[in-house]
Amino acid sequence: MDQVTPPPVRRIAVEREPQVVAPTASPNGTSTAAARPSVSARLRAGRPLLGSVRERMRVESVWLAYGDNWVVRDVSLPVRQGEVLALIGASGSGKTTLLRSLNRLTEVTAGAARAGQISLDGQEIHGLEVNALRRRVSMVFQQPNPFPMSIFDNVAYALAEQSPPRGRRRRRSAELEHAVHDALHRAGLYEEVAGDLDRSALNLSGGQQQRLCIARALAAQPEVLLLDEPCSALDPISTATIEELIVQLRESVAIVIVTHNLQQAFRVADHVAFMHLGELVEYGPGEQVFDRPAQQRTREYIGGAFG
Amino acid sequence: MSTSTPELTSPPSGLSVRRPPRQSTASWPLLDRAGYLLCWATGIALCLIAVGIVLYMLVKGISYLRPSLLLESPAPSLQQSKAGGFLDPIEGTFVLTAVAIAIAAPIGVALATWLSEYGQSSRLARAVESAVEIIAGTPSIVLAIFGLLVFSQSFLGFLSQNAADGAVTGQSFLAAGAIMALLALPLIVGAAREGLAQIPDRTREASHALGKTRATTIRHVLLPSIRSNIAEGVVLGMGRVIGDTAIVIILLGGTLKTEPESGTPIVGLLRGTGSTLTNYVYYNSPAGEGNAHEKAYAAAFVLLMIVLALNFAVTRISGGRGGRVDRTGGSWWRLAGAQGLIRRPQGARESGSEPRS
Repeated sequence: MDQVTPPPVRRIAVEREPQVVAPTASPNGTSTAAARPSVSARLRAGRPLLGSVRERMRVESVWLAYGDNWVVRDVSLPVRQGEVLALIGASGSGKTTLLRSLNRLTEVTAGAARAGQISLDGQEIHGLEVNALRRRVSMVFQQPNPFPMSIFDNVAYALAEQSPPRGRRRRRSAELEHAVHDALHRAGLYEEVAGDLDRSALNLSGGQQQRLCIARALAAQPEVLLLDEPCSALDPISTATIEELIVQLRESVAIVIVTHNLQQAFRVADHVAFMHLGELVEYGPGEQVFDRPAQQRTREYIGGAFG
Repeated sequence: MSTSTPELTSPPSGLSVRRPPRQSTASWPLLDRAGYLLCWATGIALCLIAVGIVLYMLVKGISYLRPSLLLESPAPSLQQSKAGGFLDPIEGTFVLTAVAIAIAAPIGVALATWLSEYGQSSRLARAVESAVEIIAGTPSIVLAIFGLLVFSQSFLGFLSQNAADGAVTGQSFLAAGAIMALLALPLIVGAAREGLAQIPDRTREASHALGKTRATTIRHVLLPSIRSNIAEGVVLGMGRVIGDTAIVIILLGGTLKTEPESGTPIVGLLRGTGSTLTNYVYYNSPAGEGNAHEKAYAAAFVLLMIVLALNFAVTRISGGRGGRVDRTGGSWWRLAGAQGLIRRPQGARESGSEPRS
């Protein structure tokens, strides 16, 4: 076997493809950074596109600004349950701002302005009560940020409407326990921590803390899960675990992930939106954007010409 | 791919490990050497002074301290041997400290929380900070006579004792405790604000992203995690309160024994007068009227031990908080005065450092 080119980048849950496709050269001479096997072949062979895909959120002609600086310009795209939407682009492209506007976290910054419409299940999100919205559209951040409480309390905090029962001594209802265990299962963390849920969350490893944050975000059964570069602070093994988790979760929750890492986007995404300097340059199915990008700018970014 | 790097945990035995040598001052210019020696000398001198104070009080105090002194109430008498001990002053110290902290702690924490979470940019917040600074800088005697003025008003008569003709004395544990609370307040506010500033913004952001209001975040995430900071502030405040004499002399009525007012158990005690170790020491010292120097030394020794124990507790509380690097060497400087503590901490909130993308 003559491995001149590096081993192929794998899509999650698919058999390793034996042959390697020769790198395609783009018109101005730069070649794609790494050999990227034909995705359509693998999709047929391996990971299925989910049959039932329903639209959960719709972003329509959204403009977002901090002060006088328009960071997101006229972006429209759908967010669907049953698929993973990856927002890719260089720094400053507006992808994190767009993500944060989906659960109205942009409002926390003074001087933020917006135009356009974002709707969740048909309702404009600015008409909903903000905390109710955030329980339906949860977010996981780049840095794992568990609260300084026990593992159980971290997840229970997300669940209780009023004051959550804290600590071991307060009586916990069977429902609460069940809900917490369920969330930990969905986040793939339960087996690792089941022994002692009352120990401090701060003692977990980085990958476990991030999965705890995912469990916390899933606790209230959200309809949409937003992930802002969730693996950038983690080692490759934890990253792989979380990526598999994301792919499994897409069936029950609409997922939007912002990532700097093109390989990660390639591994997990069903639809990809490429943003550049605030504008949505290209939006399409993953295999189309990576293999046959329609726009020059996209080709350049994926080929590593900038970013 | 079978190459594996060998486990490297320490240098192989053939390699000699050299550590950098202690820097010698022999090559320094004369002025630098003189400065270095001066620093050393000052440090040693200060150690000697501190040891001197403790040893002197120890020797004098222990020589005059008998267990009976701690257990007997003062009883006025012409003979010293029948004049009793200082149980009441000890009792008075504890009651006064308890009242002061009971008032200062909730107010201090509430103030710190408001300043930190809600008052980032408002002018009212800056005004409040200045007000706390002014109180922190006011000499305790000034606070004491202010307190006397306030509590002598007739509508506040229920807080202290009323004389037969309706005049209000304005002197009681409650009055003294309320003014003592002002002494402890800046320390508690400072410690709590420091604790809140150390919690990174992303923790608050995580809570908001879960759909929790700011009030819920404060109650269930922020305040529980600054418990040790609040404890540190409280103990610092206690140290300040226990050591103060001016307020006790003016606002506590100067009765050697604790004299509760009118029968009702706790309220009567709080409205009554008494003494604390500080004014007992003053009273019995050569400057006071009691003329029992030995008892003054013994009481001063007990007082010093209490304050040292509190200092030790502060170090334990703040040191046990995950070993943050504290170049200022602990909290001793806060005991000297609370100036500058309630300014917005310099190394302020570590806001999410992720670049916007």
